[in-house]
Amino acid sequence: MRRFNLLVLQAAVAIVAVGLWHVLSTVPVFGVMLLPPFFFSTPVDVVLRVIKWFVEGTIWRHLWITLVEAVLAFVIGSVAGVLVGFWFARKPVVAAVFDPYVKMINALPRVVLAPIFALWFGLGIASKVALGVTLVFFIVFFNVYQGVKEVSQTVLANARMLGMNERQLMRHVYWPSALSWMFSSLHTSVGFAVVGAVVGEYLGSAAGLGYLIQQAEGVFDVAGVFAGMLVLAVFVLAIDWLVGVVENRLLVWRPVAADTRT
Amino acid sequence: MTQSAAVALDHCTIAFRLADGGSYTAVEGVSLAVADGEFVSIVGPTGCGKSTLLNVAAGLFGPSAGTVRIFGTELAGLSREAGYLFQAEALFPWKTALDNVAIGLEIAGTPHADAHARAEAWLRRVGLTGFGGRYPHMLSGGQRKRVGLAQVLIRDPKILLMDEPFGPLDAQTRQIMGNLLLDLWSADRKAVLFVTHDLEEAIALSDRVVIMSAGPAARIIGEWRVPLGRPRDIAEVKLEAGFHALHREIWHMLKEEVVKGYAQTGGG
Repeated sequence: MRRFNLLVLQAAVAIVAVGLWHVLSTVPVFGVMLLPPFFFSTPVDVVLRVIKWFVEGTIWRHLWITLVEAVLAFVIGSVAGVLVGFWFARKPVVAAVFDPYVKMINALPRVVLAPIFALWFGLGIASKVALGVTLVFFIVFFNVYQGVKEVSQTVLANARMLGMNERQLMRHVYWPSALSWMFSSLHTSVGFAVVGAVVGEYLGSAAGLGYLIQQAEGVFDVAGVFAGMLVLAVFVLAIDWLVGVVENRLLVWRPVAADTRT
Repeated sequence: MTQSAAVALDHCTIAFRLADGGSYTAVEGVSLAVADGEFVSIVGPTGCGKSTLLNVAAGLFGPSAGTVRIFGTELAGLSREAGYLFQAEALFPWKTALDNVAIGLEIAGTPHADAHARAEAWLRRVGLTGFGGRYPHMLSGGQRKRVGLAQVLIRDPKILLMDEPFGPLDAQTRQIMGNLLLDLWSADRKAVLFVTHDLEEAIALSDRVVIMSAGPAARIIGEWRVPLGRPRDIAEVKLEAGFHALHREIWHMLKEEVVKGYAQTGGG
């Protein structure tokens, strides 16, 4: 019952917000349209646009491109992050030498790299993947680094006393600890992979959700912009839900899965 | 006797370098021998270096001066003969209870199925039948200690080192765990070095009780044989006259050190 009440309230928020939008963009108040359709479109137009995209089937190609970019960025960024994270955590000298540079690159807003990547890798998928990788890499890298560094000293001593050699420590202690940290940041890193893909598309491409939004914007097609945002939001929610399922499976041993959603 | 002792610390001094460049002597000139099959407890005030002594006996680090011999051979690096039960949580949180118990065998090359069968048997011995599939966080503090005990004992170490293993548990659970430990120990008497701050627990469990002074530079200041028979029940043995007499005698000496220890650690 409680859950039902919550759902009703959540739905009410959407209905009120969309209702207000609809009324204010179609009915003049004292002769003034508070939300002129030219700037704000109307909910009906936006929904009709989304339906049109799906009926005509043009949206699938863009969704697919964005998905491929995000997945590639996530996989490449994660693998690189895990490898470098492990390397730095096990070799403090290396970590110390590279520390200022890691901080410097991480401090840089990654968006400024997009034009350079477009220059280097062209307007296709590769430049978007590169942008996503720079975002995902640092999240995974920092988490794996933390995970390896913050293994409980008692657990480590126990593992040694039980007779583990360096390789077995890696497999039974460092690796699971690092993975747990990485998985707990899964929502963030997957989210950033999508951000990298969409921002890259927005700044220069021929396909993808970012491209779709950018194109609509270029011709003052506000309905198209909102429709693109709606599709993007649902797309990200679907991915986030999938990540939640994966996370619950992988972190069963955790008391409460840490929520690091941002 | 010292030749064949399971653990023999000979004039061990343990000092640590501090961050400010100075050094801190935790334990000074300690000599202690644990015979094979003997249960020895070390009791001392908070911060007296009891655990440090245990870590040296385990080979987790070496003494600054003096020697450690395990069955007559000088210890270099980790002791292969010793099992260590830690005070803090030491189970692998990402492994189930069963995997936690089996891991000691598996890393030594025992086939998976065999290791699991033996781990299953050990879970039964510590009273955790049916809990093998649970992760440590799904177990109570006492159950986790049982898993820890099985994890250490499945490797059949000749020496058992225990660092206030039942410290975080409530009084009833401690008693039950103490009896479980004595049960398991009486089956094949290993040499046990048991560190605790609880004098009652020490007397109830041990053959011999060693008292340490307050740190820094803690020393051994007294040693008593426990004249109580075995097998013992921890709750019952505490009612015996012999127990009380010994407790009074040792406490008389320990009290002063406890006060000193508190003064040094600021009551912490």
